[in-house]
Amino acid sequence: MNEFMGLSFIMIGLVFDFFGCLGLVRFPDIYNRLHSSIKCVTMGTCSILFGLFLCKGFTPAGIKALLCILFLLLTSPVSAHVLARSAHKSGVKLWEGSVCDKYAEDKEKDAIS
Amino acid sequence: MRNRIILFIIGFFIWMLLVWSLDIQHAVIGIFVAAMVAFLTGDMFTKRLHYFAHPVRYFWFLYYVPLFIWECAKANIESTYKVIHPDVPIKPGIVKIKTSLKSDAGLTFLANTLTLKPGTMTIDIDRENGFLYVHWADVASQDVEESTRMLSRRFERILARVFE
Repeated sequence: MNEFMGLSFIMIGLVFDFFGCLGLVRFPDIYNRLHSSIKCVTMGTCSILFGLFLCKGFTPAGIKALLCILFLLLTSPVSAHVLARSAHKSGVKLWEGSVCDKYAEDKEKDAIS
Repeated sequence: MRNRIILFIIGFFIWMLLVWSLDIQHAVIGIFVAAMVAFLTGDMFTKRLHYFAHPVRYFWFLYYVPLFIWECAKANIESTYKVIHPDVPIKPGIVKIKTSLKSDAGLTFLANTLTLKPGTMTIDIDRENGFLYVHWADVASQDVEESTRMLSRRFERILARVFE
């Protein structure tokens, strides 16, 4: 039973990982690509690791998988934030269909004053 | 000194989880590694140690975790829907939201939560004025108050009870 549950979690994770990578091709600019890759890939990988924990139970491999989930959830949003911020600072434009860019407006205001 | 001791205990606990076997060799190596980590990075650890002794904070944190996982699952479904839709339905933009949190840990958790929530991703934090710049995949409102209410109000209340 545990093995069945674990394998289904691994399947769900693989599907979400696939759609996250498909988003890298489908979305128009770097910020939207980061959206899809960070959300789908983080939760997809967490789901794969949780499935591994269910298969293995309380063994060294299972506990390591649980710890990896914790570290992944803590670190991957930070990496997304750093990538997006550095892209914006080095002048990567938003997609033409974007509605507003308050960050650039505020930076201009700071530069003038 | 006391924050180094607490960091040592946490580091040793994580090491023992990582090796997951109770014998003396692993424990001795763990003591050395945890002591080195605690010595080198102790001053980056939190300064407000009395927070660890408040049980109410743990309770609110346990309330926050399932809510966070639920939001993550919703974000996945929504993101997958956007990817497989024939004409990608997005209306992106960077909006500004207000926050009242002040502590490092609180701001980090709020930014991470916003990044894994459906449709939003934190880009930068302005700590002096208490603003977060958020990339939103479908902008519903460009007003500061309105977008704060829609995006972060709910989590901010919980995180203020945990970390402030």
